[in-house]
Amino acid sequence: MRINDVILRTVVKVVIFIILTLGVYLFFSGHNAPGGGFIGGLVLASGIILLYVTYDIDTIQKKMPFDFKKVAALGVLIATGTGLGAIYLDVPFLSQTDGHFQFPFIGDKHLTTVTLFEAGVALTVIGTLVTMILSISEDE
Amino acid sequence: MNNIIVLPLIIPIFTAVILVFLRNYIVVQRMITITTMIAVSIISFFLLELVQREGIIKLDFSGWKPPFGILFVADTFSVLMVLTSSIVTVFCLLYAFSTIGERHENMFIYSFVLLLVGGVNGSFLTGDIFNLFVCFEVMLMASYVLVALGGEKVQLRESLKYVLINVIGSSIFLIALAYLYSTVKTLNMAHIAERVAEAGQDPMLTTVALVLFIVFSLKAGLVLFFWLPGSYVVPPTAVQALFAALLTKVGVYALIRTFTLMFPHQPEVTHTIIGIFAGATIILGCMGALASRNVLTIAAYNIVIAVGFILIGLAVGTESAIAGSVYYLIHDMVAKALLFLLVGMMVYLTGEKLIDHMSGLIRNYPLFGWIYFLTMLALVGIPPLSGFVGKVLIGKGSIEAGSYVLLFLGFASSLVVLFSLLKIFLSSFFGETIITNEDKKPLPIASMASFIALALCMIAIGLGAEQLLVYVQDATNILVNPSIYIDAILSES
Amino acid sequence: MIILIGILVSVATYLILSRNMIRIIIGTAVLSHAVNLLIMTSGGLKTGNVPLLGHGDGPFTDALPQALILTAIVISFATTAFLLVLAYRTYKTNGSDDFNELRGMSDE
Repeated sequence: MRINDVILRTVVKVVIFIILTLGVYLFFSGHNAPGGGFIGGLVLASGIILLYVTYDIDTIQKKMPFDFKKVAALGVLIATGTGLGAIYLDVPFLSQTDGHFQFPFIGDKHLTTVTLFEAGVALTVIGTLVTMILSISEDE
Repeated sequence: MNNIIVLPLIIPIFTAVILVFLRNYIVVQRMITITTMIAVSIISFFLLELVQREGIIKLDFSGWKPPFGILFVADTFSVLMVLTSSIVTVFCLLYAFSTIGERHENMFIYSFVLLLVGGVNGSFLTGDIFNLFVCFEVMLMASYVLVALGGEKVQLRESLKYVLINVIGSSIFLIALAYLYSTVKTLNMAHIAERVAEAGQDPMLTTVALVLFIVFSLKAGLVLFFWLPGSYVVPPTAVQALFAALLTKVGVYALIRTFTLMFPHQPEVTHTIIGIFAGATIILGCMGALASRNVLTIAAYNIVIAVGFILIGLAVGTESAIAGSVYYLIHDMVAKALLFLLVGMMVYLTGEKLIDHMSGLIRNYPLFGWIYFLTMLALVGIPPLSGFVGKVLIGKGSIEAGSYVLLFLGFASSLVVLFSLLKIFLSSFFGETIITNEDKKPLPIASMASFIALALCMIAIGLGAEQLLVYVQDATNILVNPSIYIDAILSES
Repeated sequence: MIILIGILVSVATYLILSRNMIRIIIGTAVLSHAVNLLIMTSGGLKTGNVPLLGHGDGPFTDALPQALILTAIVISFATTAFLLVLAYRTYKTNGSDDFNELRGMSDE
């Protein structure tokens, strides 16, 4: 039986972009203002899950052919990797450094190596969250 | 820089993640896992030498000076624990390769074993009590998955209870941390110790200490061990052995650390309660071991007895008693792993769990049988083997402190251990052979190798007691005089 | 705040002591929220500014409890999710969500 979900589909088409943009924004504002990888990751993951809810798993899987377990693993790898980089440079584990970068269109941005770490966290959060939801919903 | 301290934590976790990408290449997974663990063992041995030479070393994460940042501390006690757990893991893995089966290997089991080891090593090495909580959680998450992995009926049922118990335990841990933070305003263990020593341990702090005590004794299986026999017997053998060797011992380590470093000032309250709990644990564990006829449950109750015995040393609190505890802890990690592997192999060979249904195994597998006998002697504490020195030291300490009741309980428990294990030996190894030569299963060579290696470790711990005692004395020295630890952490800041 | 924590803890205890699996899991979730609030009170309430760069100066609130809570939330989130999956699988295989029926002896 198919339920009539025209409203949901229409709204999601618009809202999904807002959610994903908000997620990315939160992720990048992380080191000087409230935000960061965990929260950004949660928002992104909830957007993806919203897609799964609206359309069905197969459709989304076709468009986004990631194995989310591997996304999570990649995230942990990046996060611990930034720590290992510190060992290579012979400063205490998890040390960080920062600097200002010029980006086209965005202008001056203050970036730190924490951002890399946060990227790892974000990927981990997305990966685990989606894996969990899928593993509950997959079997009938 | 002392970045080497963090390696025993970070290498297993890093490798665990890499293994996720290699899901389908089982042989590669095995090779990587065992190489990693051997590497970690070598690193921790090196670390032990370093600590022995240079005293306590520490690493402040990202350069935050204590007491503000999180830090890792390596003193002799914690490094000894890391070294033992890594070596035991190597042999458990060796055993796992030959027995665990394709289905588990496909389900990321090695990743989770490595995560477990990472969490355990982290708990041993951390110098911050909240970080201890986090490492506990890493370790517990891995253990939840390992208990449930395989998804059989019994496993799911037991793992649900196991997880629930531990979730509630963690909540209580957090409650204790919240009260601790609101009283002393710091979470660095050395700093807590200093402030508690300065301000005196008032009833509020003693209460916090007791809440922590309840949490750790839940993890260690001290009195609150009702969850232990159920959840330790359901996972595959190699995992059981790892749990037996590592999980409860982390709880014991945390107890020893807490009550020697942070809250040693009210022994008449805290140490009395520890003593009562240790005694009760021994009595209840003995009852369980005597009543059961299932080999796995008997082995599980033996863990409980050993935990009680180790904590007698802490409760008595004299120098030789604590040295005995440290020594016995190391011995017990090796011996319990071996016991569980052996018992698991018996179940694997015969397909039975009750001792009444097994008989005459020693005819079929002579070497296997004698290694079991050796393990039994070591656990009971027969002189040239590993259990002896620890028991003597704890005994000596209890006599010094005049706690004869605990002394009696401790040594009576040895007899019960002997009886319960001898029960298995007599009825399963001796007697009529019921397995004919035709349907005798061959003993996997890799697992035999791990038995022999662990047995050799046990003999080495016993015979090499002199060499080991140097390290143990050093560890004890730091435990008995917490000021050494505190100074090492806070001096430069 | 203390009263709220008290209510949450008692609700959680009641739920955990029940026999239904889902109730127990909700109970643990409520318990973790209660504990998080308790950690928050340990840093003192309403005693200073936001501990962020460029958001006012002067005495800042202790940021550590918040960091602790964030960590605790992450952990409890992961555990609760795992518990839910586990409970679901247990319900599927054992055909019951009542702990009385899941009792089972170890010497089966």
